[in-house]
Amino acid sequence: MHPFGRFEGVSTTDMGVQAVRAALREAGVGKGGFQAAFCGTAYGGVATGHKVLSRLGMTGMPIVDVEAGCASGGAALMLAAGAIKAGQYDTVLVFGTEKMPKGIIRSSFFEPWQEEAGLAATPSFFALRAQRVTMTSGVTKDHLAQVVVKNRRHGAANPDAMYQKEISAEEVLASRVICEPLHLFMLCSPNEGAAAVVLTRADRDTASTSSGASMPSVPPITLAGAVLRSHLPGSVLSESTPLSGLTDDTVPAPTTLAARAAFEEAGLGPDDLDVVECQDTDAARELISYEEIGLCDPGGSAELLVSGATMLGGRLPVNPSGGLLSKGEPLGASALGQVVELVRQLRGECGPRQVEGARVALSHTVGRGANAGVVILTR
Amino acid sequence: MSERVMVRAGLFKDGEQPALLGSRCTVCGAHHFPRHDTCPYCSTEDPVPTELSGSGTLWAWTAVTSAPPGYQGEIPYGLGVVELPEGIRVITRLTEGDPAALAFGQAMRLRIVPLHADADGNDVVTFAFAPLDAS
Repeated sequence: MHPFGRFEGVSTTDMGVQAVRAALREAGVGKGGFQAAFCGTAYGGVATGHKVLSRLGMTGMPIVDVEAGCASGGAALMLAAGAIKAGQYDTVLVFGTEKMPKGIIRSSFFEPWQEEAGLAATPSFFALRAQRVTMTSGVTKDHLAQVVVKNRRHGAANPDAMYQKEISAEEVLASRVICEPLHLFMLCSPNEGAAAVVLTRADRDTASTSSGASMPSVPPITLAGAVLRSHLPGSVLSESTPLSGLTDDTVPAPTTLAARAAFEEAGLGPDDLDVVECQDTDAARELISYEEIGLCDPGGSAELLVSGATMLGGRLPVNPSGGLLSKGEPLGASALGQVVELVRQLRGECGPRQVEGARVALSHTVGRGANAGVVILTR
Repeated sequence: MSERVMVRAGLFKDGEQPALLGSRCTVCGAHHFPRHDTCPYCSTEDPVPTELSGSGTLWAWTAVTSAPPGYQGEIPYGLGVVELPEGIRVITRLTEGDPAALAFGQAMRLRIVPLHADADGNDVVTFAFAPLDAS
């Protein structure tokens, strides 16, 4: 893991090298110890993964860059897991590295005329979704502030987070309005960072592995499900950002599609979860994620938040890392950042932000495309 | 002499009776905006071109307070979703930039509004919805 933040003079490659080196060391995997590598990145440019692994002198195997917006890391994990299951590889390196442009992100997703017409204002789409959840789920601005307070409190105990300082609801509500109902501190900061994991066959005999592998220094965690889904057409505020949709509120969200498939793959359900890291690009997005993943019934997100269940110490802590609201969001690395956090949670390594006794964990990212990634981990 | 230039041809009809230019699927009946050459819902090719209703109701709204990338017009401006009787919801600019002045379900009417002047001094125009009582 390379911390998330802003790092002048540190390149996308530099951060990737740091994260990959740490993951390989922890897994006891060296040169020749993995047969493929998948690299999540959205703004890294051509051959981002190759540049990282060239620096480490570890090339020759297939290296594939994966772009799936905010879910790039989830997509990379899904590809790696599928290839291992199919018997193509025994061990695969999965990493993500990113340096986001500053300010409101100019996305190549939009046509020039959409920018010219003012229809390419990304935070305004978050705001429209936020306003809808105030109508459908009784969410208020106070609830939105409460999400920020919760995640920033969690993030204060995460040395890899960009913001490690708690914030009060009053401060959140006093920050300027970006797009009604969203205030500045309800939005995450696009930033920089990298994360890496090593995936290997569950039945791999580590003792007899021939080249480049030693016994890992830590107990392995099981990847029980890794799913990527795109959107179905018809939802006007879907992350696919269409210009129109249908007056039909029954179109399932990409997150719902991905979560259902991941639960099925893992043979688990929402009631089995002990800890969740979910997309909180803005405060409302976390509440929408509760409903779309199935952590509560439709319309029940405000109630779940207010119950305290999703706070550290609650029944189902959500974003114990501090979430994107504390960490910031480097697109290609954010999903794997969640996975690294959850692996540490399942190993009981998280100190003051540890979810006691966590055995089943879920990671969720969703963004432009639409792309929704859901990963389930167990110990 | 300055002229009115559409921000993109084929999106809307300018003039006294403006309209959004959409299409309708001959198989599943869904309406689309903008015009599609394949229905995004059932993948049937060659939907028929149609002009969409210029009246609708407000379904969601906000205001953009700082200029997004590539935008040269005034801020703040309204942005929202308007429901049309054809059974579709359209992402659109709103002429009202104060969210507190708008309400769910309120009647809205299509207008073609200026965005900014281009390098030749022409007025670049786009589609927007305005509260019915203001138009």
